[in-house]
Amino acid sequence: MRNIWIICRKELRGYFVSPVAYLLLAMFAFIFGFFFWNALAYFVLAGMESQLSGQPMPMNVNEEIIRPIFSNIGVLGLFIIPVITMRLFAEEKRTGTIELLATSPITDVEVIVGKWLAAVMLYGSMLLLSAINLMFLFHYGDPDWKPIAIGYIGLLLQAGALLAVGTFISTLTRNQIIAGAATFGVCLLLWVLDWVSGYESAPWAKVLAYMSVITHFDSFAKGVVDSKDLIFYVSLTFLGLFFTARSMESLRWRS
Amino acid sequence: MITVKNLTKRYARNTAVDHISFEVQKGQIVGFLGPNGAGKTTTMRMLTCFLPPTSGSAIVAGFDVLEQPLEVKRRVGYLPETPPLYPEMTATEYLSFVGKIKGLSGAILRQRIDYVVGRCNIADVKDKLLGKLSKGYRQRVGLAQAIIHNPDVLVLDEPTAGLDPKQINETRDLIKSLAGDHTIILSTHILPEVEQTCEQVIIINKGKLVTIDSVVNLQNRARGAESVLVEVGGRNGDLDSAAVLRRLSQVPGVSRVVVKEKRQNRSVLEVESGKGTPIRGDLARAVVEAGWDLNELRSAAASLEEIFLDLTREETPAPGPVEEVAGKGATK
Repeated sequence: MRNIWIICRKELRGYFVSPVAYLLLAMFAFIFGFFFWNALAYFVLAGMESQLSGQPMPMNVNEEIIRPIFSNIGVLGLFIIPVITMRLFAEEKRTGTIELLATSPITDVEVIVGKWLAAVMLYGSMLLLSAINLMFLFHYGDPDWKPIAIGYIGLLLQAGALLAVGTFISTLTRNQIIAGAATFGVCLLLWVLDWVSGYESAPWAKVLAYMSVITHFDSFAKGVVDSKDLIFYVSLTFLGLFFTARSMESLRWRS
Repeated sequence: MITVKNLTKRYARNTAVDHISFEVQKGQIVGFLGPNGAGKTTTMRMLTCFLPPTSGSAIVAGFDVLEQPLEVKRRVGYLPETPPLYPEMTATEYLSFVGKIKGLSGAILRQRIDYVVGRCNIADVKDKLLGKLSKGYRQRVGLAQAIIHNPDVLVLDEPTAGLDPKQINETRDLIKSLAGDHTIILSTHILPEVEQTCEQVIIINKGKLVTIDSVVNLQNRARGAESVLVEVGGRNGDLDSAAVLRRLSQVPGVSRVVVKEKRQNRSVLEVESGKGTPIRGDLARAVVEAGWDLNELRSAAASLEEIFLDLTREETPAPGPVEEVAGKGATK
């Protein structure tokens, strides 16, 4: 446990002494702000039209504003996650510091979990920053906080799974760019896999659609924790970290 | 302290280390000598648990590298060929991080950092970013990192590579001063380094152990016989080196005399004798009694260079493909 924390802190330091973390945080805050502003503008417009029509319909802040934003944030994560994970192992391999970690009395699993945890924490801090926008909703409106919390948990779980995949890909190369590009490709593929369900209902299509990370987020965006989706994200995380561990081991046998 | 038996590392297409066995006693400095690609780095990586051996065993500081790698890692300090530094950390932050992953904490950690900073002479740069340090300082921080947890065994992979002569001397002195507390294995392909630093030499070539011996023994072994350099000076003016040669050849026990250097009034001769025959006293007497000055009398020990070339020379030129495989070696 202690060793995981040491590695995690070292990685977080690495993010925050370089411009990487600040750039990502700023980008995320800016784009989230834009999403929020758009969703709010549509909401206000729809509200005015509903008033003018003479038969006002009840409108739900959670449904109309927060849910679409959460879905958009998932897409934003697609671009940010490769940037977060690409250096994790590729950089250590390039500079040779992997030799220091591998010859220190800590296990591979501690190194891997520590690094992954740092990546999750960086992503978490971005989500935290985005929550500032939602404060306004509480000030001027009356949204339900529980679905929001569940949505954030869903985003974190989804990112955790993709970050684990990115961590694994980072062990495969000593080139950060390759690691980043490959992670982006894999994330994108995991994203669009559910398109097949649009035209095909054979078992293989169901399997592909199930593997898509986006379909599993729908329930969270609605504010519902579905154990099926929870299990999907958690198991994908474990799978990614497991492959990372195997990759580290094979590195030793081959290098 | 280190016992290696039939250690072998095989890759898909070549054998980097082939059944190497040796032992290192506590407190010794051992030089690991071999041309590039001989398997030095691979062997060191196996001793430090970075690479698992294909077969054979290595027991370091009392623990097997395959059975109990964590225990071995706790007792081994390792400086790879390029110091494993994080460029975005300062020296102090770096040493603190390494200390922590080696299991130190609190007051002991702070005390060890102060100690290694003093010992490795990096106080001037301890708050500078590692990425901005010169090669010499990087090497010293690398050494500081290796000894931070006070390991029983120190494994140093080419610790002086890429340093300037002054830095090389400083690093060698530092390593020598560490020998009392630690058992040290250092690899190098620079021969004088071994002569100056090490007590014991392990020579490997193409993954195979060529010889293991003390530096002194190896130097003696180079010549079956003892060989002495004599500098003779003339009393007044000229000196007939041919006469000197004739006179020295008559000394009992001398097997061969060669004139090495000839000047106006002094000459240097190399005198060889059969093994175990003391000739120095007779030589000195012969020179003085003949009326010449004896300026210098010292043993001409063969340099390790000759021994090394001798031992690692190929008996028969290998055909192309074999050469290529061996040349790729293990070090990368």
